[in-house]
Amino acid sequence: MTIPVFYYLILSAVVFLTGLVGVLIRRNIIIILLSVELMLNATNINFVAFSQYFHNVAGQVFVFFALTIAAAEVAVGLAIIIALHRAKSSINVDEFQLLKW
Amino acid sequence: MEQLFFFYFAAVIAVASVLVVALRNPIYSALSLLIMFFHVAGLYVSLRAEFLAAVQVIVYAGAILVLYLFVVMLLNLKQDDRYHRQWPVAGVVGLTLAVEAVMLTLLKGRAIPPAPANTNETVEGLGNTEALGDALYSTYLFPFEVASLILLVAMIGAIILAKKDIGGSEA
Repeated sequence: MTIPVFYYLILSAVVFLTGLVGVLIRRNIIIILLSVELMLNATNINFVAFSQYFHNVAGQVFVFFALTIAAAEVAVGLAIIIALHRAKSSINVDEFQLLKW
Repeated sequence: MEQLFFFYFAAVIAVASVLVVALRNPIYSALSLLIMFFHVAGLYVSLRAEFLAAVQVIVYAGAILVLYLFVVMLLNLKQDDRYHRQWPVAGVVGLTLAVEAVMLTLLKGRAIPPAPANTNETVEGLGNTEALGDALYSTYLFPFEVASLILLVAMIGAIILAKKDIGGSEA
């Protein structure tokens, strides 16, 4: 009655694809960062599923580190968003063209 | 029973993640992400990773999402922005990855090797938190310390980036 690891792979692929498409199609920077969180969570699901499958805690330790990095990424990313908003009073990615050739 | 829980969690996770991308209002997107985080925590419990489930709720749902909501409300966003013009590119990339995932799972997914017999670092026997702490403070001690350094750097960076220029001089 146990769940095959195959199902977890499918779930993780669905969530990861959703996050990827979200990063590419949305124009709001905050939604783009939320989509990055979706992708990180998709990989974490994979890690935990395989950790249980192989009876090894290394996967869970890796999820722990991924969580730390996600927290750091959110702190820096949101600070950058605030700085951008202060400079342009917009968070629409179309309007940030300073580095565009 | 186990399958019932898995399908419930998987369905809610998939629907909530689609809603995160599709909803217009950033606050609704963030709240839908909150639902997704809670169900991922439930999935971790069903995978016998109780400590990670607790950390998921505390760190993701408690800290990261509050930070997002704080910024959304601070910036007082209008809702008029919508999809980017480059959505055909997104379609092509997403479709390619989806086809690749389907092909790989159909060809090789069924042939995942059976789980090996318990290695030395077993999850069983000890509780999950004890096993995780044992691995974290012995085998992974150096990455653990590096992670603390990364958090320190991120904290300093966030303060410097978001700081307002005081007195008009260069910050």
